[in-house]
Amino acid sequence: MQEVMKKRAKELLASGEVTRVIGWKKNEFDYDITPAVFETAEAIDRDFVYDDFCGPNLSKFTFQHQKNDTKTLVFLKPCDTYSMTQMVTEHRVNRDALYIIGIPCFGKIDIEKIKADGMTGILSVTSEGADVKVHTLYGDKTYVKIDVMAERCLACKSKYHTIYDELIGEEGEVMETDRFDQVKELEAMTPDQRFEFWRGELSRCIRCNACRNACPACTCESCVFDNPESGIAQKAAADSFEENMFHIIRAFHVAGRCTDCGECSRVCPQHIPLHLLNRKFISDINGYYGEYQAGEEVGQRAPLVNFTKEDVEPDVVAKGGK
Amino acid sequence: MSMNEFKPKIVAFCCNWCSYAGADLAGTNRLNYPADVKIIRVPCSCRVNPMFILRAFQRGADGVILCGCHPGDCHYTTGNYYARRRMTMLFSMLDYLGIEKERTRVEWVSAAEGAKFAAVMNDFVKTVTELGENKRLEDLRCKK
Amino acid sequence: MYRIPREKLDQLFALTAEKETLYIPTDATSGIAQFKKWNEGMKMSEKLKTSRSAKDFFFPQTEALVNFKISGKKIDIIDPREECEDFVIFGVRACDAKSFEILDSVFLVDPVDTYYKNRREHGTIVTLACSRPSESCFCTTFDIDPTEPAGDVSAWMTDDSVYFKANTEKGEKYIALVSSLLEETDGADVDAQKVATKEILGKLPFANLKKDAFGGGKTEQYFGSPKWAELSEACLGCGTCTFVCPTCQCYDIRDFDTGHGINRFRCWDSCMYSDFTKMAHGNPRLSQKERFRQRFMHKLVYYPENHDEVFACVGCGRCVEKCPISMNIVKVMKTLGEEEAK
Repeated sequence: MQEVMKKRAKELLASGEVTRVIGWKKNEFDYDITPAVFETAEAIDRDFVYDDFCGPNLSKFTFQHQKNDTKTLVFLKPCDTYSMTQMVTEHRVNRDALYIIGIPCFGKIDIEKIKADGMTGILSVTSEGADVKVHTLYGDKTYVKIDVMAERCLACKSKYHTIYDELIGEEGEVMETDRFDQVKELEAMTPDQRFEFWRGELSRCIRCNACRNACPACTCESCVFDNPESGIAQKAAADSFEENMFHIIRAFHVAGRCTDCGECSRVCPQHIPLHLLNRKFISDINGYYGEYQAGEEVGQRAPLVNFTKEDVEPDVVAKGGK
Repeated sequence: MSMNEFKPKIVAFCCNWCSYAGADLAGTNRLNYPADVKIIRVPCSCRVNPMFILRAFQRGADGVILCGCHPGDCHYTTGNYYARRRMTMLFSMLDYLGIEKERTRVEWVSAAEGAKFAAVMNDFVKTVTELGENKRLEDLRCKK
Repeated sequence: MYRIPREKLDQLFALTAEKETLYIPTDATSGIAQFKKWNEGMKMSEKLKTSRSAKDFFFPQTEALVNFKISGKKIDIIDPREECEDFVIFGVRACDAKSFEILDSVFLVDPVDTYYKNRREHGTIVTLACSRPSESCFCTTFDIDPTEPAGDVSAWMTDDSVYFKANTEKGEKYIALVSSLLEETDGADVDAQKVATKEILGKLPFANLKKDAFGGGKTEQYFGSPKWAELSEACLGCGTCTFVCPTCQCYDIRDFDTGHGINRFRCWDSCMYSDFTKMAHGNPRLSQKERFRQRFMHKLVYYPENHDEVFACVGCGRCVEKCPISMNIVKVMKTLGEEEAK
């Protein structure tokens, strides 16, 4: 797959169709992937990589290149295409400035799961078929891939590409997913238990803003939480209220636009399951206003900027929900 | 009445065209509702974004109620339909975070419904009084 | 040197906690370790390091500086500072212990930061030597010996015992506090562990990372390097690296309107943010490239220039592990260092 992608990227560069390629490159370790811009065939030959660690969603990285006169090639995994479609719908990115190649994804590995299992001093990780081989200073171990796959990939919603100019590999399908199971578990708890759960999670927040900055739906040029004029700008949560407020407002702001790509949880240095907030909104929208998947097609109207006269009343929540 | 009896602080966002007029009517008709309700007039229920609700709690509210025109009667035609969806989503999220769902409410009150306004406020104040002080969405710095 | 059997560690914690507040690294849900106040039954984490650094103890993420209480036309000024109670942090690693020295050289020089000093004076640091360094570790680059950690008391943990050695007066005091559980011993086991750990250190991926290409006086050499654009290309501008870093010490001072007064507090700030050192005309560093460059130039050039060639990095590897796009100081050092070698 990686070789096919490299070949195609070099062809497009050579033909002048595109002048830069957004892809991934390896950093210090096998699992250490950085989004990167390639401008020459040599750079692609040297650094371009696509493997089971290429988690970062590249759609947001097109942002800074859309104003260029020439086209930019970007490789998008199925779930990344949803983010891209949503960005195009919202006119946040200039579709004409991009050449999009859809690529298949077989599920990404979450290195944190391997580390959480006590593996340290990792010298190499290789993923072949269903095996993930970890070689460390303190011994080797082989995992079954499904055990160390990222949570978002275990609950993969789609292998289908919603936007592309060209596809490498075969088109996949929208998948059956159990991604709302954890939301349901939480809903089944008592309010006290839920409060305890979220306090435990959100109190770890260090307000690094990684979730916000990585989020392809968070495309405001200036965030309300960064604006000293807003009266709620916070560089750190000085009170538990501010921890709650930041995450409620952020989730709310992307509600109906969040495609559930899972970047927020991936980048959180404190391992807060932020996707559970977004999934709650998605599940509520589905339940109250009909099935809706953000980023499915260009031009969709997001449910929170829409209505029907027959919508449920807000007291549905007090009455116990759906 | 004992001095220590809990008196909740209630913030009521009222739309200018219907609910605020409804509150006025309640006043001119001399209908009683507790003085614990502080009304904030907004042009339309749709003006209220989730931040307003959270900020009210931060500043010490024990309950927040949003009142607007009945669906279909919005002065701006559709504002309250959007407000309805937003508040449903927000309330559901607050409940998901374990915050008492009785502390927030939306009621549609027309300019002619002075009696309803008073009744709604009486009922809401009673509900929140029973719940007690807002502890889960409080900002300790704002406590006196 | 003193020794205690490992199974008695809980007793040691209990004895410590009787006298002083004790913090130990413990596993949180979702697989990260963090320092928490010890209470009965808490298990010490086996992880190499905590997700956040130990700088929080002396330089917390937010801290009240002064409060103003407004009543009518009267404004009362309230100093929220209280004499800090004595506390013990157990299990600080060598890298974090070194970071305290770096913070000291910022906060304890004239004018002394009394908020920091208050905490620093009341904290006793019990460090723990590393025996299983991870792939992201590179403290040896900055001349830190993880087998001989600094701190008030140094500790070594082997399969069956924990060994202690006091390094300072505060350390002696701590040893005296728990002496009823300790027995004197020679350090044969410790020496064996040191040898074994050093062998592993030599095999780490960053074992050969050198800091020689950097230091004071190199501003002009690196400031204009074309490499910064490439390195910072994917930077999201989040503050993860700065907030998990044990040596990042920038803060902002803000006012919070409580409705009946003003709370003036300071909070960590990040040079990666668009509103960092914002002035009337905005942020002096307009692009992410400039902000990114600032962070690494500060650690590798400006700080050593002003502080006798001490680098503002201790090689703990947290930024290596936590950066959402996997860009970090090691990559910067390698990339710029290569250029220097040419």
